[in-house]
Amino acid sequence: MSALNNGRTGVNNTASTADIPRQRPQRGPGGGHAMGIPVEKAKNFKGTLHRLLSYIKPQRVSLIVVFIMAILSTVFNILSPKIMGDGITKLFEGFMNKSAHIAGAAIDFTYIGNILLILIGLYIASAFFGYIQQYIMASVSQKIVFNLRNETNIKLSRLPLNFFDSKTHGEILSRMTNDIDNISTTLQQSITQLITAFVTIIGIVIVMLTISPLMTLITLATLPLSIIITIFIAKRSQKYFKEQQKVLGDLNGHVEEMYTGHKIVKAFNYERQSVEIFEATNAKLYNAGWKAQFISGIIMPMMSFVNNIGYVLVCIVGGVLVTRGTLHIGDIQAFIQYSKQFSQPIVQAANISNIIQSTIASAERVFEILDENEESPDSDKKITLPDVKGVVKFDHVEFGYTEDKKLMQDLNIDVKSGQMVAIVGPTGAGKTTLVNLLMRFYEVSGGQISIDDVPITDLKRGDLRQIFGMVLQDTWLFKGSILENIAYGKQDATEEEIFHAADTARADHFIRTLPEGYKTVLNEEANNISQGQKQLLTIARALLADPAVLILDEATSSVDTRTELLIQEAMTLLMTGRTSFVIAHRLSTIKGADLILVMNEGAVIEKGTHVELLSQNGFYADLYNSQFALAGLSGDSDQI
Amino acid sequence: MIKLFKNLRPYWLPIIGIILFIFFQVLSELFLPTIMADIVDVGIVKGDTSYIIQRGGWMLLATFLGTLCAITAGLLSSRTGLAFGRDLRNQVFKKATAFSLYEFDELGTASMITRTTNDITQIQNLVIMVLRMFVMAPLMLIGGIFMAVSKDPKLSLVLVGVLPFLAGLIAFIATRSIPMFKSMQLKIDLLNLVLRENLTGLRVIRAFNRIDFEQNRFDKANTDLMTVSINVNKLMAILMPLMLLIFNFTTVAIIWFGSIRIDGGSMEVGSLMAFIQYAMQILFSLIMATMMFIMVPRASASAARINEMLDIEATITDPKKALISPKGKGHIKFENVSFSYPGAENPAVAGITIQALPGEITAIIGGTGSGKSTLINLIPRFYDVMGGRILLDDVDIKDMTQESLRGRIGLVPQQAVLFSGTVTENIKFGSDRLTDEDVRHAADIAQATSFINDMPEGFNSVIAQGGTNVSGGQKQRLAIARALAAKPDIYIFDDSFSSLDFKTDAMLRRALKLETQSATVIIVAQRVTTVIDADCIIVLEDGKIAAMGNHTELLRVCPVYQEIVASQLSEEELK
Repeated sequence: MSALNNGRTGVNNTASTADIPRQRPQRGPGGGHAMGIPVEKAKNFKGTLHRLLSYIKPQRVSLIVVFIMAILSTVFNILSPKIMGDGITKLFEGFMNKSAHIAGAAIDFTYIGNILLILIGLYIASAFFGYIQQYIMASVSQKIVFNLRNETNIKLSRLPLNFFDSKTHGEILSRMTNDIDNISTTLQQSITQLITAFVTIIGIVIVMLTISPLMTLITLATLPLSIIITIFIAKRSQKYFKEQQKVLGDLNGHVEEMYTGHKIVKAFNYERQSVEIFEATNAKLYNAGWKAQFISGIIMPMMSFVNNIGYVLVCIVGGVLVTRGTLHIGDIQAFIQYSKQFSQPIVQAANISNIIQSTIASAERVFEILDENEESPDSDKKITLPDVKGVVKFDHVEFGYTEDKKLMQDLNIDVKSGQMVAIVGPTGAGKTTLVNLLMRFYEVSGGQISIDDVPITDLKRGDLRQIFGMVLQDTWLFKGSILENIAYGKQDATEEEIFHAADTARADHFIRTLPEGYKTVLNEEANNISQGQKQLLTIARALLADPAVLILDEATSSVDTRTELLIQEAMTLLMTGRTSFVIAHRLSTIKGADLILVMNEGAVIEKGTHVELLSQNGFYADLYNSQFALAGLSGDSDQI
Repeated sequence: MIKLFKNLRPYWLPIIGIILFIFFQVLSELFLPTIMADIVDVGIVKGDTSYIIQRGGWMLLATFLGTLCAITAGLLSSRTGLAFGRDLRNQVFKKATAFSLYEFDELGTASMITRTTNDITQIQNLVIMVLRMFVMAPLMLIGGIFMAVSKDPKLSLVLVGVLPFLAGLIAFIATRSIPMFKSMQLKIDLLNLVLRENLTGLRVIRAFNRIDFEQNRFDKANTDLMTVSINVNKLMAILMPLMLLIFNFTTVAIIWFGSIRIDGGSMEVGSLMAFIQYAMQILFSLIMATMMFIMVPRASASAARINEMLDIEATITDPKKALISPKGKGHIKFENVSFSYPGAENPAVAGITIQALPGEITAIIGGTGSGKSTLINLIPRFYDVMGGRILLDDVDIKDMTQESLRGRIGLVPQQAVLFSGTVTENIKFGSDRLTDEDVRHAADIAQATSFINDMPEGFNSVIAQGGTNVSGGQKQRLAIARALAAKPDIYIFDDSFSSLDFKTDAMLRRALKLETQSATVIIVAQRVTTVIDADCIIVLEDGKIAAMGNHTELLRVCPVYQEIVASQLSEEELK
């Protein structure tokens, strides 16, 4: 039965792992990956990459434009220091000549003016192309992740319940939020960054070579050093990042436990110990955390140190070369600018493999969901049941939640139209499974279930489920008004109908005592009303749907027995002539059933009416009598 | 958010250190162009190679020292940032621990978990960023301006002309983008809400055939998010190219006006080159400042959530002068007690005057919402009474410390909660003074020993978080053992036998009866069979006492009780 628990957590239970997204390396400010954080690797890198590209494909025209724009913008950007250098050279020459008192020597303002005009042109062009590139990219990446998100969500709606049993909500949520976010950021920033970085590096090298090969060599000399430092430090910090993740996991786990068990913590005076554990774990987190932060934070100053060494070298060698007349003064200016422009793309390029790997790993996790086996497609027989009589038949049904463990071997049930069928049995006997199979939440692995002699597999799932009105143990309600929540059972319900349904479910009274009545908004946890009240609302919701067959799965377990009786009276009236299934813990509530199915270990072991079953003196009689034998156990049995 | 930054106060020394070190780092950065100017203006103009090399040596030294400063600042800021996060986390967790159930109801457990974990991490990251980069921005700005002015005051007028433009641009984008980032955060939250509801309500959604409806909801949230994100991105797309353009125009202006000044002989070429670099540094510092846009809205949402939590005063506190726990036996008396939940029109319980005596079983029975659990929750002060008072051995429970009060109560809640750890740890639950013998004894009575022994490691078997690896009935038995192990004076069972099958239930209650003979036992129940042999049964209806007495008496006089019994027991059993 544990297979069901995942699907059944009510709104009030979201306090479980669902709300804590898996801790993943977070993006640094501005989106880039922080350095040195360990990266999860994809299992099938190539395949996933291809597949991710297929999502990008519809946007390829935009992307190509983006790339061209990025290249143009970068090229213009790269050209400008060289041209500016020429201007400065001219200025310097004029200045030198003038200070040497050469006749007629003057600064050539026309030339400098022209150069500056060219520069203005280059800058405007570069900014323009840069803007266009980012403007287009703004939509491209968002559209891609929009599609991905939508596709995943549609997929989720088609997946069978087995899938949700095998994954926690937190896990699925994390894939749909963190992972898709990660892909989005990569698309938004990293791809263009990457292109720009490569164009910049190559472009700068070419332009530098045209100015001075020797100076180029000196500028590039620092390059291997940068790369080595980056890789070295990144490796060092990984250890601490891993430890940080682990401790953070422990800490979050403790918070989750202590908050969800707050009442017990208080009741047993556990506060001090809880805080002590928290503080100890928190101290560990501090220790691992600052080391990870510090070591990864060294990269930036180290890079700028290496960069500055390059700068100094350029100044010294450049200066010497200028004095020898083999280099222009403006070229030093140009090289200074180039060496500055150089460092950022290097860091980005060094980090790119991490970014790609983590993106592909994220994409892989999303694709894993997309690759799950869907529910079998609806039958194309187009059979509809306009007038359901409610004859339900289980014919040699076999089923197991997992392949290797069969819960039901050969289950046979015959329900006549209009019968009230009660299902009893110990936990794990398969009562809820019966309902799950009937609603086709799960598929039988053998045999057949039919309604009015039509196999349910021949019906569309939607049509099939329309037949049933279902009240589950699961008191799922959504954030919205009570009115909206009840109306969930019927889209076009009038207020009158809603009030009536609430009244029948004995919910009207308590709703009207709430401050806002039917307009009261249930909060996210729906903890502003009690569990029993929630159950009444879910009953009202099912009643409003006015189904042909009603299924009550422990529907009144949190409602007191008197109210339960009242509800049952109302429902009996409503259900006259309709088939209903009632699963109940309390045997007293099902005595009036037309048929009681006693289940144990996936099979119906006894069936009949209450009286018949009692007279059989079997499992049911045992179960029933044990309820009352108890009273006597502790003593004065004659009290009764 | 500023309010949270006050938590940095204990770290004023390292912060001053950070500012100093970054200041020196900035100085060294700013020093480089000055030396370079010397190289050009003196070394190159005179053709003095040794001067160039000597100056180069100074530059290397400056950059080396600058880097040392940067690393030290990094060390201090990492430690300070993480320490800030640690302190805030401790503060929030302690606060939450002190909260009563009332505050938990108000904030919601899930939301509180997020606040204590993710939200604090967000703020911590922001603090680290601030200490690392945003401290540098103003220093760089001021330093750059200072150096530029000292190089050539007149040329600095160019900067005076540019800065208002830049400031205007940043202000313009900030005023437009911050609301957009905020709205984006809201859309993200909304999308996550829909997603979460879709997961938690899976079966209901499918049962009611509302997949398309939910699909539309998701689609709308998704489209909204996309639209806002695209708009934000488009706005931000203007920012960078435009800023760069302003930078570059500044450079052009500097060269032009610089040339004129050089022509006039009032400036040298090297100084011009240095000046250009200062201008770049000034402008770069402004770019760093604009990165705040992206960080701040996200962090400020987190900060608001954390502050909300910190601002809430725990409603239930210990008295200033607590009375020492009386040495009674656990006599509980309610005197005209009333209580209502916030916002509710009607009190949840009112006019309750009852008592529970040591050595007796007091049972409380009643319908859903009749106030049974509320009543129970008042005894350990999970909530405080609003009218009347509750006495434990003739002392008002508000005059005792919560610890001494709760130390005398063994509570078994409706929903059994277990914690990750071994079975023994769960049963001891913090009471280290308990021996293994105590634990075994408690497990025996709670009928838990046999299944515990069946577990792979017996009493040392590990219970998973949330107790997911034991069944509901087993959880309940462990929860009962936990309450028994401490041997309290008062036992409170809040509908704690519901997940047990009848047989275990019977055996357990028989064993319990012996164990709790001299204690005060309070049982809340739905099943009549559970309360049938209580010394006193209190029947609650709509928060008021409908009747009190033992089973036989009530059966005679109390119609509510009769109805309850009739709904559960058949005719024969009533005879």
